[in-house]
Amino acid sequence: MEILLVGLSHKTAPVDIREKVSFSERNIGEGIRALVECPNVHEGTILSTCNRVEVFAAVSRKELEAARREIAGFLAHFHNVPLTELEPHLYFRSGEASVAHVFRVASSLDSMMVGEPQILGQIKEAYNLAARERATGEILNRLFHKAFSVAKRVRTETRIAACAVSISFAAVELAKKIFGELEGKTVMLIGAGEMAELAARHLVGSGVGRVVVVNRTLERAIALASAFTGEAASLDELEDRLAGADIVISSTGAPGFVIDREMVHRVLKKRKNRPMFLIDIAVPRDIDPTANDIGNVYVYDIDDLEGVVQANIKARTQEAAKAEEIIAGEVRQFLDWRRSREAFPTIVKLRSWAEEVRRAEVEKTMKKIGNLSDADAKRIEALTETILNKILHPPVSRLKRAAHRGEDGDLNEMVRKLFDLDE
Amino acid sequence: MEFIFFSASLFLLFVATLHYLLFLVYRNPVVPRVARFSLFLALAAQGGFFLVRTLGGGMPLGTSLYESLIFFSWCIVLCYLLLTLKYKIPVLGAFVIPMAFILSAAAALLPNKGTGEIPPALKSYWLFIHVPLSFLGDAMFVLAFGAGVMYLLQEKQLKSKKPGVLYHRLPSLEVLDSINYRALTIGFPLLTLGIITGSIWAQYAWGAYWQWDPKETWSLITWLIYAAVLHGRLTVGWRGRKAAVFSIVGFAAVLFTFFGVNLILKGLHSYN
Repeated sequence: MEILLVGLSHKTAPVDIREKVSFSERNIGEGIRALVECPNVHEGTILSTCNRVEVFAAVSRKELEAARREIAGFLAHFHNVPLTELEPHLYFRSGEASVAHVFRVASSLDSMMVGEPQILGQIKEAYNLAARERATGEILNRLFHKAFSVAKRVRTETRIAACAVSISFAAVELAKKIFGELEGKTVMLIGAGEMAELAARHLVGSGVGRVVVVNRTLERAIALASAFTGEAASLDELEDRLAGADIVISSTGAPGFVIDREMVHRVLKKRKNRPMFLIDIAVPRDIDPTANDIGNVYVYDIDDLEGVVQANIKARTQEAAKAEEIIAGEVRQFLDWRRSREAFPTIVKLRSWAEEVRRAEVEKTMKKIGNLSDADAKRIEALTETILNKILHPPVSRLKRAAHRGEDGDLNEMVRKLFDLDE
Repeated sequence: MEFIFFSASLFLLFVATLHYLLFLVYRNPVVPRVARFSLFLALAAQGGFFLVRTLGGGMPLGTSLYESLIFFSWCIVLCYLLLTLKYKIPVLGAFVIPMAFILSAAAALLPNKGTGEIPPALKSYWLFIHVPLSFLGDAMFVLAFGAGVMYLLQEKQLKSKKPGVLYHRLPSLEVLDSINYRALTIGFPLLTLGIITGSIWAQYAWGAYWQWDPKETWSLITWLIYAAVLHGRLTVGWRGRKAAVFSIVGFAAVLFTFFGVNLILKGLHSYN
């Protein structure tokens, strides 16, 4: 059995091709059923996201080429797209490359945004669906479970998922390094810009409990606050309200500082020095940058955040290299498992056949001799066992070695034929 | 037997230290598990050491510098393991456990490894109350020190706006500050009780509660420093950086009370 992958992704196909062959929740079950109806596909799973459509199949090693054509044909036929239009964008992987590909996709190394966390959930869902349709078997089950554990390893052993590469995510990450848990924290928006709103949305998504919007015109503040079921206040109340805010995102069009150093000093005193994270995404700036020198106050302007993002992008490349190393090791292990798995039945059969012969002959001889002391009986057992093991040792170790090198197919078959093991 | 227990504990502390430091750069979940496991074994080995000494020689707690160093090391490991029940942050180990190892290693280098002679006047069970209380208090201050150093490093990362590897490795300021606070709120009462019991014992043994022995004086200075941090924290919100800096200064006082008084200023508390 061989693992075969046929698919296309954001790397090989533009969106107008991807959308033509993508599966929806409604028709993916039907797709899986149609896929495993292909004569040469023994097991199958379909992964369909906005960035990729990939078909994983377990196929017979000899029918690799046929299976490949069948699956490409299935994709074209199922979506009523001419095969000639699809073919230039399709890629095929089998053997080691297909295993590595699944591991890389699950670990989010093949994603458009490397390290984004959604892909693992999407693969899990795709696999569960195929399992429910009984379209997966021993090989794909093992492959996908392994892929999930590899993805988990990559996430815990590298920082690939922790490196925020967008400004609003970098802000959330910084907030978490200052406050730990964001539950129960309050975020204040000063000004009602789009970017501030986006950052606030991420913070709320990460657990921030309360949102306060402060704006020059109260109507606008109320409108934005209602989107977060938060509170609105006018700019006159700024300083009073600041004392209750842990995170501040400022994005007004004001020409000078809206929050100066002295104000931060006063507010911090009222807060009994509880830390404040002030994010200034306005140009010209709203918050006096020297406020960063005050203890327990962290002021980041747009360039600072951009700097963090750049550092993260750099770190991520290094982390990706570490992740690739982990994956290479896991791929090797998986292939070893599969190979030894394939050689195993032959070895077991060979051994049990030989043992059967030995047992029968020993019993026959024992009966003929008659009165035999226990010690002598044991000696005969030991002698025959040793002979057997010595004779079987070369073929068994040859089979094992071939299995590890991946040349098992021919040798296996030969041994089976030679000893009539399939009878 | 004693020697086997001690050597085993020293080796295990070395393994734990190595793995905690390794975990700073090498993110593999197995590494801190190895460290933690060795730490438990080290705790048991040191326990065995004291058990053997007690069975053989009577009162082995802190009557010689050798024993004091090992006992201090044991207290640090114990307090660290207790604290990590609440805070599951193996990175803290990299800032605390090397200290336990260094103390034990220093003990191994001492020429005089015997039990100290205690004057008959001091042969009292107060030893078993006064010494553990003081040492456990000091061990908590080691943890506060570790958390304080980590706080300052993480704060520097955040203030400089150029987050490096440490930024990702270290926990949040909030967590570090709360470890610091917790260690102080446990350590301070222990130190207070240590001083009080010591003073009662002194009354029994020497007939005076307090006689400005260097150890007494420096303990009081240490106590005042930690009292100041806790007071500032509860009243005017001395948190974060200030608390971290104070627990580092306080720790310097602890070290001086422990070593300086013994090695430089001679007094009633000096070891043989």
